[in-house]
Amino acid sequence: MSAVLAVADHRRGELRDVSYELLTAGRALADDVGADLHVAVISGTVDDFAAKLDRDGVDAVHTVDYGEEFDHGVYTQTTVQLATELEAQYVLTPNSVNGLDYAPAVASRLDVPIVTDTVALESDGDELRATREMYGGKVETTVSLSGPAVVTIRGAEWPAAEGTGDATIEAFDPDIDEDALGATVTGFEEVAGGDVDISDADVLVSVGRGIDEEENLELIHELADALEATVSSSRPIVDSGWLPKNRQVGQSGKVVTPDVYIAIGISGAVQHVAGMKGSETIVAINTDPNAPIMDIADYAIQDDLFDVVPALTEQFQ
Amino acid sequence: MKILVPVTEVTTVEDEFEIEGTAIADRYLGADLNEWDEYAIEEAVQLQEAGLADEIVTVTIGPDDCEQTIRQALAKGPDRAIRVWDDALADVDLLDVGLKSQILAAVVDAEEPDLVLSGVQSGDDSFGATGVTLADAVGYEWAAVVNHLAHDFDDDTASVRRELEGGVEELTDVELPAVLTIQTGINEPRYASLRGIRQAQRKPLEVQDLADLGIDADGLESALTLEEMAEPESETDVTVWEGDADETAAELADLLREKGVAQ
Ligand SMILES: Cc1cc2nc3c(=O)[nH]c(=O)nc-3n(C[C@H](O)[C@H](O)[C@H](O)COP(=O)(O)OP(=O)(O)OC[C@H]3O[C@@H](n4cnc5c(N)ncnc54)[C@H](O)[C@@H]3O)c2cc1C
Ligand SMILES: Nc1ncnc2c1ncn2[C@@H]1O[C@H](COP(=O)(O)O)[C@@H](O)[C@H]1O
Repeated sequence: MSAVLAVADHRRGELRDVSYELLTAGRALADDVGADLHVAVISGTVDDFAAKLDRDGVDAVHTVDYGEEFDHGVYTQTTVQLATELEAQYVLTPNSVNGLDYAPAVASRLDVPIVTDTVALESDGDELRATREMYGGKVETTVSLSGPAVVTIRGAEWPAAEGTGDATIEAFDPDIDEDALGATVTGFEEVAGGDVDISDADVLVSVGRGIDEEENLELIHELADALEATVSSSRPIVDSGWLPKNRQVGQSGKVVTPDVYIAIGISGAVQHVAGMKGSETIVAINTDPNAPIMDIADYAIQDDLFDVVPALTEQFQ
Repeated sequence: MKILVPVTEVTTVEDEFEIEGTAIADRYLGADLNEWDEYAIEEAVQLQEAGLADEIVTVTIGPDDCEQTIRQALAKGPDRAIRVWDDALADVDLLDVGLKSQILAAVVDAEEPDLVLSGVQSGDDSFGATGVTLADAVGYEWAAVVNHLAHDFDDDTASVRRELEGGVEELTDVELPAVLTIQTGINEPRYASLRGIRQAQRKPLEVQDLADLGIDADGLESALTLEEMAEPESETDVTVWEGDADETAAELADLLREKGVAQ
């Protein structure tokens, strides 16, 4: 029986949510090809992790008790060895920052193709069809490949696996070439602290690259004052140094769930949406009818922010 | 120290567009230097200004049309550029990561840089995988999603910060030679000066085909085939307000008042 191998993600003692979603994606793919679903959990408190990962549909969990935190060399070597031993047809990892730090190396060593950031998967046993976005989410594409592959999955696209499974839980002892471990993690740091916590706000006036110039931010501050709201932003505004890091919404910034989120000149790239999708009501102000933010907004104004924002401020003065 | 910066020209799309078959119709497309690669170039240039790098070479896999984008990159400071293209690549509708990395690996083998600075991802295909694949192909160390690089390389090591999710950064020491994939925000990319733009016209831009790189063009193909392209469906029942700005602003103001905002 062939195998699908899913490699879980964890950080500082916690399995990440996407690891449970990975089980769902892995099970469906294993069903497509008539394979067993094998899960690997590498480093950290692996026995505890394995018990949590033993959910419905998982056939085997392989625990690799080696080190504490993610080390891309250890992950790469272990995954390659396990995939080879299991003759895995597909290796699945989350499309996380760490996933992107080793999955490509696994594909390279196994000499198989990689397809990243997938949102839907289907296989007939030989041909894999994967759906993914292009052009910042403006279009969705389906790509096909044949034979084995490494696949990374986007978070929050598959539901988390539930229940308790009856997987066999076994220790896997990889043969790690320590001389080949050339990257050493020396610590972690929390950034984006400071006086304001945008995740506490009820109303966020959030600004993106559509604002064009730093001076124009004044319009956004005026609106936020009139609405008694808090200003947040997409990443380019913080990258440019126009707002501090603690105002950034998204994957690498804050996750926010306000009552109202007003996205002004923000396209709605996946890494931004990851931080605000849970908002109660989403309003988008954007000139582009095809911007991905329009697909998740509850209300939209397709118009120039330089016309709409001052008009809105005026309504509250 | 020699630095190689692989850069890509990304395809940009106008607001309104039409899909024909598995592609967006040409008339809606434009081109630009990949946003992430601008930061990679800037980092390399700053290392050169700090006296840590002797030479910066950029490399692009792309057809004739992208020479303007390469000049745009050169105007920011790199010393010379290589453009790889071959008729065999013209028929490949999607350059997959494995194929791109195989070509870039041949360039790395020839140039032997100490440091390769790629972008985290290309803004159009967004595979986010070329840098790490390349590193493994040439046996270099690597780090993905780097948003800080210390400007000293004691013990032939690059001290970097990797930007993880949720405002957490990982501090990592990476042995050279290495490939780092550079994240936006690591620096402030400069605008090319007029002098830079003029100088860029005279900088060496060498075109190489697959044979020059010792790659056999026969049987070369992308492992991925583009099968379908479609506009994504809306996930919500969005209400789009129509009218001029005063009208739409009034609609939004009503909604906000209904929700108790600024009351
Ligand atoms: C690993 C990684 C992590 C990331 N983390 C984050 C993150 O935490 N947060 C984040 O936001 N991004 C993040 N990004 C970046 C993300 O991919 C996008 O590049 C970014 O979100 C784009 O920001 P934007 O929408 O402001 O800009 P753009 O995508 O450039 O969009 C600007 C929008 O403004 C509109 N516009 C232009 N002019 C006007 C006008 N006059 N009136 C109205 N609308 C106008 C345009 O139509 C467009 O939709 C990350 C990327 C990576 C690779
Ligand atoms: N055609 C190309 N030529 C040269 N470098 C490329 C090319 N495509 C991608 N790259 C490099 O790989 C990075 C990541 O691209 P990708 O894996 O396609 O998202 C880019 O930021 C570039 O540094």
